[in-house]
Amino acid sequence: MNDLPKMKIAEARDALRKGDVTSLELTEACLAAIDGAGALNAFVHHTPDLARAQAKAADARLQGREEAPALCGIPLGIKDLFCTRGVASQAASNILKGFTPEYESTVSQQLFDAGAVMLGKLNMDEFAMGSSNETSCYGNAVNPWRRGNDETALTPGGSSGGSAAAVAADLCLGATGTDTGGSIRQPAAFTGITGIKPTYGRCSRWGIVAFASSLDQAGPMTKDVRDAAIMLQAMCGHDPRDSTSADLPVPDFEAMLTGDIRGKTIGIPREYRMDGMPGEIEALWSEGRRMLEDAGAQIADISLPHTKYALPAYYVIAPAEASSNLARYDGVRYGHRAKLSQGDGITEMYEKTRAEGFGDEVKRRVMIGTYVLSAGFYDAYYNRARKVRTLIKRDFEEVFAQGVDAILTPATPSSAFALGESHDDPVQMYLNDVFTVTVNLAGLPGIAVPAGTDKHGLPLGLQLIGRPWEEGDLLNTAYALEQAAGFVAKPAKWW
Amino acid sequence: MSIDEGTAARVAKLARIQVDPAQLPALAQDFNTILGFIEQLNEVDVEGVEPMVSVTPMRLKRRKDGVTDGNMQDKVLSNAPDAREGFFAVPKVVE
Repeated sequence: MNDLPKMKIAEARDALRKGDVTSLELTEACLAAIDGAGALNAFVHHTPDLARAQAKAADARLQGREEAPALCGIPLGIKDLFCTRGVASQAASNILKGFTPEYESTVSQQLFDAGAVMLGKLNMDEFAMGSSNETSCYGNAVNPWRRGNDETALTPGGSSGGSAAAVAADLCLGATGTDTGGSIRQPAAFTGITGIKPTYGRCSRWGIVAFASSLDQAGPMTKDVRDAAIMLQAMCGHDPRDSTSADLPVPDFEAMLTGDIRGKTIGIPREYRMDGMPGEIEALWSEGRRMLEDAGAQIADISLPHTKYALPAYYVIAPAEASSNLARYDGVRYGHRAKLSQGDGITEMYEKTRAEGFGDEVKRRVMIGTYVLSAGFYDAYYNRARKVRTLIKRDFEEVFAQGVDAILTPATPSSAFALGESHDDPVQMYLNDVFTVTVNLAGLPGIAVPAGTDKHGLPLGLQLIGRPWEEGDLLNTAYALEQAAGFVAKPAKWW
Repeated sequence: MSIDEGTAARVAKLARIQVDPAQLPALAQDFNTILGFIEQLNEVDVEGVEPMVSVTPMRLKRRKDGVTDGNMQDKVLSNAPDAREGFFAVPKVVE
């Protein structure tokens, strides 16, 4: 029974369809694993009753039916950023304490429609702003991986840190994440799992608490590439309630996993070779290049000249959008309202509520966003950043026009770092997203695949970036890389 | 460009976030660190470049201008910190 949560989605799907296991058995095993993993602080709202009810419904639907949806009966974790009907949805913020939505996000609804089971809500950085899960109002999630016998607690990454920790520790079969600057791919890389951010517009944003609307995308975090394909399939699709959702057919991603990448062209961008990049990351990247070449791909050295400016542009655009999106947290319609003093008016109510409800990083970003949008600075900062964004996207368009099918880069500039390590300088923390943020700015699909370990035995990931809307092709390249890398290591259980 | 405490206080006011005056120097320092990082954008030649509006070229879909939902006052108010007689209640706004 204890081994059931270690199953991959594809394995569990086949076993469920054959009747070798029931969803209720699988769900109970996951709930037990979650109960035993409090030290990871991955699940922050537990929904065992809902999970059991959904599992029973899934078992009734399965009954040995081969045509049951792939996710029917599969226990998943849902990031706290997704609004889930009747279940606390706090975006890891005190300002949404007590908020229980009356509606269901489109992505979670689609998963439930396919028969998936929700085990609970997963830890994250507050409003998805962070790279270490340390800005969460629930306290940080903890990476199940350690540096050998060293007991130092490591970050699972962020913002989808709870999702990453839960999947890596086999508390669930897969989890939803969201990615605004790297929040799926960086934690996936830090925990040795797979995470894909699809093309902007693939997944509906409706019902997902907004951070930066022009960058936010949901995606799956899973134990391998096949599972990512299966879960992404269920999450994608057009939604009239999100005006930026693409009305395009969703191909069968899993069917596209042939592992055959002969004749594909893989670009290696020279600008991703950063000063001071650890030798291990450099070596992993070269190894990835060799693996794809051995699999029959052509390797092309390419240039994305505006890469250096992606992070500074992001730290104008994302806070600007956040300052606007988070204006809704005013203590009137939902969430926290500060206790007011005699004579306080509505302005004091706003100011005290937001001071009490938001954490430091969120306040910092809302205020930076306010500043770059304020009269006199709008052109110098916001408009300039949007022009640079145009140039960053153009860089990618040019290499794709030259025939590049996918781009290989490191996923992160380091392996998982210790919790509490990089707090003094906010910019230092922002550098975690240096390889991932370009993909959000250009709206492209990107996937992190575990490909090796560092000298302490911690997982390291490689990132593949694909052409817009070609997640199927991207997943197939990732599948080839996964097979060549053969990464099967698991964290030793200490929790 | 350097942000002083006065500017930090003005930004906090615009963002409707109360900041203890004792925190202003540290806040101004954070702003300067982040804005210093952002200043790199000035190195880029953006002459003649259009600011990005939408990352994927798409025409917004139109729909019939009709009511699609409603009649859910209870649900709308269910999460309000203070709801009375079918309305959101707030401190007095107009004298």
